[in-house]
Amino acid sequence: MAKKVRIPTPLRKLTHDEEIVEVTSDTIKGAIMELQVRFPGIQERLLDESGAIRRFVNVYVNEEDIRFLQNQETLLNEGDEISIIPAIAGG
Amino acid sequence: MDKNTGFMKALKCRECGREYPLEATHVCEFDFGPLEVVYDYDRIKHSLTRAVIKSRPQSMWRYRELLPVAGEPTVGCQVGYTPLVKADRLAKRLGIRELWVKNDTVNYPTLSFKDRVVSVALSRARELGFSTVACASTGNLANSVAANAAAAGLKAYVFIPSDLEQGKVVNSLVYGAHVIGIRGHYDEVNRLCAEIAGKYGWAFVNVNMRPYYAEGSKSMGFEILEQLGWTVPQHTVVCMASGSLLTKIHKSYQEFMKLGIVAESRYKVHGAQATGCSPISTAQKAGLDFFKPVKPNTIAKSLAIGTPADGFYALKVMKETGGAAEDVTDDEVREGIKLLAETEGIFAETAGGVTVGVAKKLIASGHIPQDASAVLCITGNGLKTLDAIAGHVGQTREIKPSLREFEALLDKENKLINA
Repeated sequence: MAKKVRIPTPLRKLTHDEEIVEVTSDTIKGAIMELQVRFPGIQERLLDESGAIRRFVNVYVNEEDIRFLQNQETLLNEGDEISIIPAIAGG
Repeated sequence: MDKNTGFMKALKCRECGREYPLEATHVCEFDFGPLEVVYDYDRIKHSLTRAVIKSRPQSMWRYRELLPVAGEPTVGCQVGYTPLVKADRLAKRLGIRELWVKNDTVNYPTLSFKDRVVSVALSRARELGFSTVACASTGNLANSVAANAAAAGLKAYVFIPSDLEQGKVVNSLVYGAHVIGIRGHYDEVNRLCAEIAGKYGWAFVNVNMRPYYAEGSKSMGFEILEQLGWTVPQHTVVCMASGSLLTKIHKSYQEFMKLGIVAESRYKVHGAQATGCSPISTAQKAGLDFFKPVKPNTIAKSLAIGTPADGFYALKVMKETGGAAEDVTDDEVREGIKLLAETEGIFAETAGGVTVGVAKKLIASGHIPQDASAVLCITGNGLKTLDAIAGHVGQTREIKPSLREFEALLDKENKLINA
């Protein structure tokens, strides 16, 4: 079951400039592991040493911040869109 | 002075310390940490002294060595140096010995502290060769980007939540900027802009220009220190949206101490939020060093950022300086606006009401002692958020142009007062 991951500019060197990557995992955690297998090095950009999502990385499923859902345990369904976005300043 | 980089040395990740060239980039490729400008303080120490500052025109650029442009500023040369008002009447009402209001409601040209950050961001954008500038905004930033871009002959795109106050929308449109209303709250505008900024070659002031942009806020702090006779206030109360301004006020105090422009002294920086969007103050009160994002619901729309990018650093500054955080309800925001207006003749926007309301609470709770001296940073003008307070400040009484009617009215009102 395919889900789409939007890759932000700072990570596109790792995905060879691919903007959208499809994954099949059922959770965010699984999706990140799946990305790591295909694009080695991407996991340490997203997760800190303890395995938590880095402080300045925001992950959204269908435009909802996963911190409002179940964080890395958030379940993914067919057709879901995952965005990875750096935190940005006020305005 | 080096022609290419001025007093700047590099951009550096605040998380891991990796360095990057002084370009339009804001995020560390390794860990997404924010990039910050590194300065050559040894050279600045020889160039910037009290005497030099005093010899320069009264604008934020009198501290130019500590602002991230390579050459002379070309946008917003007259921004800043707003009044620091000794607020005796407000002090009495809040029960504190000495109180000052840093009044950015009259900043030039668009009546908010955002003119400071935009002046830096657009001057730097020009140096880097951009001709189109853009921003994600809760209103004040949009106004400032639109106005300063118009004056500088730059093309501007501003992105705002579509439900903003009319005053802030008109204040962007009038300058001929491309104003895009997004059906969603600021965090959603922000997310979209992060994606747009990655795609188009524009100078997004609070996305890819953020390391330069954010530094402009320090000028508010430098001015406070100079206007207090080169001393550091014991307490400073700052409103928090992303938390950036609070961290930059702290940085400005640190830099002036490091350069010997003011003496080393202890101070506390306190943070103010609206209860309807209080991720940072909630975390601070719970003793946490991280925050949980929220969905904003407050009349203080300029502070309505549920995922504050600098929240982590704002919490750190409050912890390091011994400062506290507090938040106030919409009614308390309106009371704060009225109190500042009635005691000092200063009409602040909702964010100012938040700052006054929080100061009142912090003084009442003893976080700011009654015998202390404090500065309130008031960041924007009330004329832009009339919708928030109209209907809460009384009404005009209409009469015919007749002396008899006026006297009857006065008589009636005097009776009401005496009753």
